[in-house]
This record gives sequence, structure tokens and C-alpha cells, in this order.
Amino acid sequence: MNGAEYLVKFFENKNVDLIFGYPGGKVIFLYDVLARSSIKHILTRHEQGAVHAADGYARVTGRPGVCFATSGPGATNLVTGIANAYLDSVPLIAVTGQVGLADIGRDSFQEADIIGITMPITKHSYMVKELEKLPAVMEEAWSVATTGRPGPVLVDIPSDIFAGSVDFSTVPKKIVTRKVPLKNGLDEQLQKVVDALKNSKRPLLLAGGGIIASHAWDQLKELKDYLKLPVATTLMGKGAVPETEEGVLGMVGMHGKPFANLALSFCDLLLAIGVRFSDRITGKPEKFLPEAVIIHVDIDPAELGKNVKTEIPVVCDAGKFLAELLGRLKKEKVRPRLSEWHKQIAEWKQKYPLAYEKNGSLKPQPIIEEVARVVGDRAIVVTDVGQHQMFVAQYYPIGGLRNFVSSGGLGTMGFGLPAAVGAAFGRPGEMVLLFTGDGSIQMNVQELATVAQHQLPVKIFIMNNSCLGMVRQWQELFFGKRYAHSIFTYNPDFVALAGAYGIPALKISRPDEIHGAVSQAVRTPGPVLVDCVIDQEENVFPMIPPGGSPHEMLGRWQGEAHVSRIG
Amino acid sequence: MKHTLAVLVENQPGVLSHVAGLFSRRGYNIESLAVGETEDPSVSRITLVVEGDEKVIEQVSKQLNKQVEVIKVNDITNEEIVERQLLLVKVAADTAVRQEIMQIVEIFRCRIVDIGRRSLIVEATGDEEKIEAIIKSLRPFGIQELVRTGKVAMVRGAK
Repeated sequence: MNGAEYLVKFFENKNVDLIFGYPGGKVIFLYDVLARSSIKHILTRHEQGAVHAADGYARVTGRPGVCFATSGPGATNLVTGIANAYLDSVPLIAVTGQVGLADIGRDSFQEADIIGITMPITKHSYMVKELEKLPAVMEEAWSVATTGRPGPVLVDIPSDIFAGSVDFSTVPKKIVTRKVPLKNGLDEQLQKVVDALKNSKRPLLLAGGGIIASHAWDQLKELKDYLKLPVATTLMGKGAVPETEEGVLGMVGMHGKPFANLALSFCDLLLAIGVRFSDRITGKPEKFLPEAVIIHVDIDPAELGKNVKTEIPVVCDAGKFLAELLGRLKKEKVRPRLSEWHKQIAEWKQKYPLAYEKNGSLKPQPIIEEVARVVGDRAIVVTDVGQHQMFVAQYYPIGGLRNFVSSGGLGTMGFGLPAAVGAAFGRPGEMVLLFTGDGSIQMNVQELATVAQHQLPVKIFIMNNSCLGMVRQWQELFFGKRYAHSIFTYNPDFVALAGAYGIPALKISRPDEIHGAVSQAVRTPGPVLVDCVIDQEENVFPMIPPGGSPHEMLGRWQGEAHVSRIG
Repeated sequence: MKHTLAVLVENQPGVLSHVAGLFSRRGYNIESLAVGETEDPSVSRITLVVEGDEKVIEQVSKQLNKQVEVIKVNDITNEEIVERQLLLVKVAADTAVRQEIMQIVEIFRCRIVDIGRRSLIVEATGDEEKIEAIIKSLRPFGIQELVRTGKVAMVRGAK
């Protein structure tokens, strides 16, 4: 058996049904074998498309995404996608071809030190220099990507390893780890959490992406219902608990919902699970919730105390923690009285709802609201990065687990379209909604070909404001309205562009066109592109000014024309 | 405060760049680093001296622990340890001062390992303090070249 055959067999044995990739000189041997296997290969139009598609696939299925690329430029084109998966803890296995063993280090044709380049953005990376080591390396790579806090792994394989043959039946396949497991004080910490909850008058649960990674959807809901605990989420935690449910406040952070941010600001206990306290949430970390008791639960010990001071750190899988905590709370019959707190939150909801100014121009918020009203939870919602991403986070309530896909940590423009491709392949038969911008879509627009080729049911809504909206917003607010290079004075005709790919498309520019366009897009089978020409000056509110605290938000509190500070 | 970390790692290519890369990426400073095989040739030991408060050191240790090839991280700063560095220093040594230098070498119990026409190479091992003291004593004669290793350290056996 040769190396390429072994590798393909390995993925077959792991029940990988789909691999995204792009062939080239150093993986030609691998592709020859792959084409004859049971695994379906999706040819994207750019390696970045392949890696984001694998990422999107992993996010909606919970199974690791796999992508292939050739050496040199093929491998370097994966870099952004690998970093994206790393920051959002997405399990991903990237296999890159490398020049032959004898050519390494000679600046050979299409040679790049991809191991060196990706070292800081992978959980681990491997170069296979001996064919005999391939089985153990693959086994370990799979295990590293999928266990603990998930993340991307890169395996770089020189071309002669693919071609070389060895009798694999005599080769060790087991992973040998000598790592000394860390002590786990879950028992003691659990009691501290129970006691803290007993003493809290204003507790808030903050759910992050870790809840979704751990499939802890049911456990979270049970705990929430038992304690009547208000729940806020991070961007990555969106969908960890159905947002339409009682007590779910939605997203916190720089553009979080006003009442969610207020609850975060004024809670006396924060039970944060599977979050990493990103600067989009904490502002200045040393000023973050000085009065509250912070309980931080994460499977990755290095997250605890990394960004904010934590009173009760707990190293644990989110699902396991939630189940054990609930068990203990029930045993001790802990039922905090939170009616005052709920009343306060309800008041905030009344006084500071999510609102925007309705002035007759086409705005992105009502488009998203209409799609959410029509489609609801019967679709996977994918976003790109920018203003539209925040509008979706605010205005599209997500119900199902793994139904929301967005580039959180890295904030990668161009992620949306290929991620939607991956999502559509990951969950065949389900509708995928892609909200993107005129800036974002142009960063990986070539994947329209992949969408069209496979007739994927991806409904693409371009929030087209002819500018880089988020940059423009900052320039308006903090740079004296000097719009340095954030306005697109030239854009393609997106309807004609979709037409060139054979994708049905329509264009709207008035509020009264929303209803018809949305229902037409949803009714039309296969891909559809809707070019929504929106108000260029619409900004995302509320907004916590950079470095500020959550209760220092700016916004239009009842949809008024002017922006003011809260309170 | 300076901390001494003893890090056991798999003896594999790329381990050192993983560890060094981690430090630069997370913005930690390595004061000194020494690496070599241990009693088990498949395991290497990296002795790191890192400057930072408790919070920084805790993060460093946790991040190191996450590395696939890292077997164990020990902060031995507050342990009873034997620590050594190796110093080689080429010092200007005319016949007029040779005797004086040799006396210093004697006092510090280090060795002269090369005698040139106008210079001597002195070899010394010891803890940080001793190495610094030797350098200070030799400096007035004119140090032409100086090289020292990172610190290696070992926890003392139970008495």
C-alpha cells in the first residue's frame, strides 16, 4: 500500500464522507487515489474556499472538516482559513502536499515552509518525513483536532511519501502520549459555584461557543429552566440556547443587545461557560465587572485567567459541568429568588429594546427581520464579516444548535460564501441563508461557481451599501468623517455577475420590495442572489465605544433619529 | 520576578521552535534557555528562565502544557535547586597581568583552557551570581569575547 492509499483509507475509516480541496503538482498522486475512493471531493475555486468550506462543514455537523491543497501557493492560500478555525476552535484537518524529501530546503518550485508559517495558528502541525510514521501521525492529528478544545491541525506530506509503499500491517498506529494529566479539582470548585449561586441576587449565565462544541444544548436549557437564570451569549455562543425562549437575552458585546449588555454590566455573578472573554466583550479587561463574582468554566485551562480576573475557575467540559452542577443544585434544593432581577431586566427591555430608525430608506435590519419571520429556524444562517454580521447577530434569533455560522475571532471577510458551501454540503436538504456585504462577497466571489455547479440551496443576501460599512462607521464616529478608502466608487453589477454563473438573482432598493424578494428567494429552489441596495449611512447600534464598558453604550433607544448615550 | 521552568518535552525535531514560537507569539520574554537530552534519550529537558509576575508565569505554564510535545512543566523557582551556567571568556592578558588573572581564576575555582600570546580563555561554571562576579572581576583586564550558556537546573534530592 502506498502513502496516498493509506491516507485516503484512513479518512474512509474515520467516516469522512467529504473533502474540500484543490489539486496541484505535489498532491496529484493523492488525488489519483482519492478519485477512486468512496469519499466525495468538492473542488472549490480557490484553496481559501476549500478551507472555509471545511470549516463551515465542521461548524454545522460537529465533525471535523478536511481539506487538501498542494504545496507552496496551495498551502499558503489555506493560511487565513486555518487561522480562522483556530480562533473559533473549529476541528479541521488540512493536508498539504510538499516538495519531495530531497528537494526540501532548496527553494524548489512551489516550496513553502507551511509548517513554520502555520505553527502559531494550529493546535499542532506535522511533517511526515518517513512513510512508516504516517499512520501514527494521522491518528494523533485526528485526536488533537477533535479532542479537548477542538482546533485545526496541519499535516504536510512530501510527494514521495504519497508515492512510496510500505507494509502498513507491521507499522505502529497507536498514539503514545506521555503527557502528565493536570489535576482536576472539579468537585471542590462545583461546591464554590453552588455557594456563589446561593448568594447571588443578580446572576447571569454567559454561554459561549464551548457550549456548542460540547453539544451541551440540553444541559444548558435544563439549568436555565431550573434556576430561571437569565442567559446571554457571545457571538460564538449564538444558538447555544434558542434565542426565542423566555430569559434568553441574546448577544452581549460591542454591538450586543442593549438589555443584554446592561444585564452583563450589573450582574453580581457571571457564570461564563465556554467563552474566552474576547476584547469585543470585555472592553478594557482590568475594568471588566469589578463588582461581580466571575465563574469561568472552560475545557482549556489556559483560558482561565488569561484575559479577566476569575474568582472561581473551573476546568471542565461544558456539558459535564452543567449536568453535574444541576445535579448538585437539585440535591441541595437551591432555588434562588430572582424575581427582582427579572423585573429589572424586563424594565431594561422595555426602555432599551433593540431599535433602529425607520426613515423610508432601505435598511438592512428589516430585511433580516423579514427573512427570520419567513424562514425562522428552518435554515442554517451564515454570515460574512462586517456591519451585516452584527445586524444578523442582533435581528435573527437562532433556535437550533449549529444553525449559526460566523467568523468570530478572526473576523475574516470572505468567509461567508465558502462557509455556506460547506454548510450546504454538511447538511444536505437544508436551506442555507448567507448574509454578506458587497465588500465581503468580493473576497471569495469565485465560489459562486461551486454553489452553481452543485445547485446548492444557498440564498445569498448582499447588504450592498457600496462601502466597507464597519470601517465607514468608525471613520464617521471617530475619524471626523474622513472616509479614507472605505467607499467603493465602483462595484460590479451583482445581478449580472450571478447571471454569469447561472444563478438567479434579483435586486431591491426600497423597503416595500423586501417582502416580495424574500418570499421569491425562499421559494426558488437552488441558489438565489438578492442584491439589497441599502442605506450607506446606516450604522450598527448599540455600540460600546472602544475601551468603554457595556453600560456606556451609544444607540437609538426607541428608534429615534439621533444617537445618544444610554441612561 | 525571574522564574525557572523545567520543561520535559518529546525529543523530536521542531519542538524547540514550537516552544520559542509560543513565547514570541504570546509576548513572553525568555531570559535564558538551555536544552538537551535527559536520562531517557527520547525526552529532552528545556530549562527556561522567564521574567514575569505570577499571572504571566501561570499563563506561560498553561500554554506550554497545551503543546502536543510537552510532557510536563515544572516551576522550580521556589524549590531547593542546583543551578549552573557555563561561561567562556577571552580576556586580554599581557605578561604583566597574567599572574593577577590567574589568581582570580584560582579564587573563583575556574579554569584556564587556552593560552594565547596576548589573551587567555577562562572557563567557569556556577550559578548566575558567581558567573556575574567572575565577569565583573575580569572586565578591567579587557574582555575580548564572551559566551555563556543558558541556565540548567536540578532539584536537590531529599535529605
